[in-house]
Amino acid sequence: MRLPAVMRTTAARLSALYLLLFAICATVLVVYVTSLSVRILTVQTREAIVEEVADLGRAYRRGGLATLARVLDMRSRQPGANLYLLAGPTGEILSGNVEGLQPGVLDRSGWTERPFSYDRYGDAQDSGATNHTAVAQVIELPNSMMLLVGRDLGEPERFRTVVRRALMAALGMMGLGALLIWYFVGRRALKRIDNVSEASRQIMGGDLNQRLPVSGAGDEFDRLSENLNRMLDRINALNEGLKQVSDNIAHDLKTPLTRLRNRAEAALADVSDESASRAALEQTIAESDQLIRTFNAILMISRLEAGYSAENQDEIDLSAILADVVELYEPLAEDCGVELSAEATDNVSVVGNRELVGQALSNIIDNAIKYSSEAEAPKVTVSLKREGDGAQIVVRDTGPGIPPEDRERATERFVRLEPSRSQPGSGLGLSLAKAVMKFHGGSLELDGAGEGLSVAMTFPARKKG
Amino acid sequence: MKILLIEDDREAADYLKKAFLEAGHVADIAPDGETGFNLADTGSYDVYVVDRLLPRRDGLSVISELREKGDTTPALVLSALGEVDDRVTGLRAGGDDYLTKPYAFSELLARVEVLRRRIGAKDVETRYVVGDLELDRLTHQVRRAGEEITLQPREFRLLEYLMRNAGKVVTRTMLLEHVWDYHFDPQTNVIDVHISRLRGKIEKGFETPVLHTVRGAGYMLRAD
Repeated sequence: MRLPAVMRTTAARLSALYLLLFAICATVLVVYVTSLSVRILTVQTREAIVEEVADLGRAYRRGGLATLARVLDMRSRQPGANLYLLAGPTGEILSGNVEGLQPGVLDRSGWTERPFSYDRYGDAQDSGATNHTAVAQVIELPNSMMLLVGRDLGEPERFRTVVRRALMAALGMMGLGALLIWYFVGRRALKRIDNVSEASRQIMGGDLNQRLPVSGAGDEFDRLSENLNRMLDRINALNEGLKQVSDNIAHDLKTPLTRLRNRAEAALADVSDESASRAALEQTIAESDQLIRTFNAILMISRLEAGYSAENQDEIDLSAILADVVELYEPLAEDCGVELSAEATDNVSVVGNRELVGQALSNIIDNAIKYSSEAEAPKVTVSLKREGDGAQIVVRDTGPGIPPEDRERATERFVRLEPSRSQPGSGLGLSLAKAVMKFHGGSLELDGAGEGLSVAMTFPARKKG
Repeated sequence: MKILLIEDDREAADYLKKAFLEAGHVADIAPDGETGFNLADTGSYDVYVVDRLLPRRDGLSVISELREKGDTTPALVLSALGEVDDRVTGLRAGGDDYLTKPYAFSELLARVEVLRRRIGAKDVETRYVVGDLELDRLTHQVRRAGEEITLQPREFRLLEYLMRNAGKVVTRTMLLEHVWDYHFDPQTNVIDVHISRLRGKIEKGFETPVLHTVRGAGYMLRAD
């Protein structure tokens, strides 16, 4: 039985609430209208009675009791007549069209307090004595006789009953309709939500390629599903990236760690050789340093990627940074037989972080020297020029370059392209440089027009603050 | 020398204390910022080694309050925070040097020993002499056994820093910081190349080496 489940849906709960509110409002309205109508009818009844009493009073004053009795008699016979009753001091009925009366009605003069029941002449012959209700005015005549003039309340009462029945029927039908609509609509909505839940469960269960169903109706369910699907796509892409990075980290750190361990083990196995043990320890330290460096680079990249902040930035002199880094690398370049030269425009300043730019440039120059040292007549040129209000540093080398299809990948974390596998390095140099440029709101582009590789660091025009 | 080590990581603190002892120093450990401040305020130490993130009180606030009270004892800040501007914050708060975790102990020891030299030594010396090697800061002349050696400006500053810290280990990072005024990790050990050039100039044709390599740590200038 699905109904309890249907009842748990928001749609069903809302419908029930609306139905209830509507029913309350309708009832209040109908009750108000009927009571108002009934009140109007009652007022009219009373006015009619008052008029009758005045008439009869005039007849009584004109011809006394006999005339009154005659007029009563006459009026009683008219179809749809009011109630007339003339009773003696002891309560016996002398004239009129009332046969029986609820006791106590004639006890006091004036308006009857509430509607009373009575029997008309001729009612007794009908099957089952009907009890009519009426309101009346009772007048005590001078000779202790009692005159009652009243009017049957059948009309307003009938009206009230009809309205009550109609209201009941309408509410009943409304409830039934609501239930039906509810059952079908609610069930349909529920079915779709169930489908979405089922798909989500599968996704949570690890089937990340599963997507939420879209019916094609283009309604809010579909929009929700589509948005969630887009979110899943995004998560998937990030996940893939994360997985690749962790794989790379694991792979790149596992190798040196394994080497570290094996070396220590080998040194332990041969404790007699003092100098070999020392050498192993030194190697271990060197290897650990490389590991720490790699970790630092990973952390630095993550931090830079985590967000750009203008707080630790100043006006920095790119020309000076370039000169410093080139000077730092000159001896190394010379040792590798690489001709390192700089062509810099003076006093080019941008807003940025000196240490980070230095690190990025040093990584790029480091790479350039490393890869071009194998070439014939190896050369590395570092140039700096203004680019509009920004600036651009370009490092060109005469090495093997990077094929266009690999250039995008070369700046990804830990990616070490085939030819470079044999070279020392963590595969983080260019990614760090790229992260630094992104941090500065600029870009890092790899190009290879002609031979070798050229790496361009472009700084945008920015004002401090 | 007497070192105050304010570090909440018990294991690291014990290891450092032991290592300082082996290097011939005495170290007191304070497990939190409040205790550290009280010890520093009442005791007399040569160097403070302060972790940044401490229970009860932040390491930088300890240093800045000590500085406000006129304490000029050199302080080295240790931190796992590697934010780009972290070093700046640490140095502005009154730290004299800054080391990011993970660090090598040799690096920490080298920095602590160099820090200590700053006490009283206000760089007023104009001449450094190590064995038969002399460096004159005013005339920018370098002589060995009376013979003049021509150095490039950068080589001169490199030698000057090494001589100022003669007999102490100087790490590659320290050299990059003090001679080039940069703080980053070169992928290749470019500093080694600079050192070997300098070595070529000051040891060529001389019997005794003065510029020694300390394996796994850095370099030391020492007259044997």
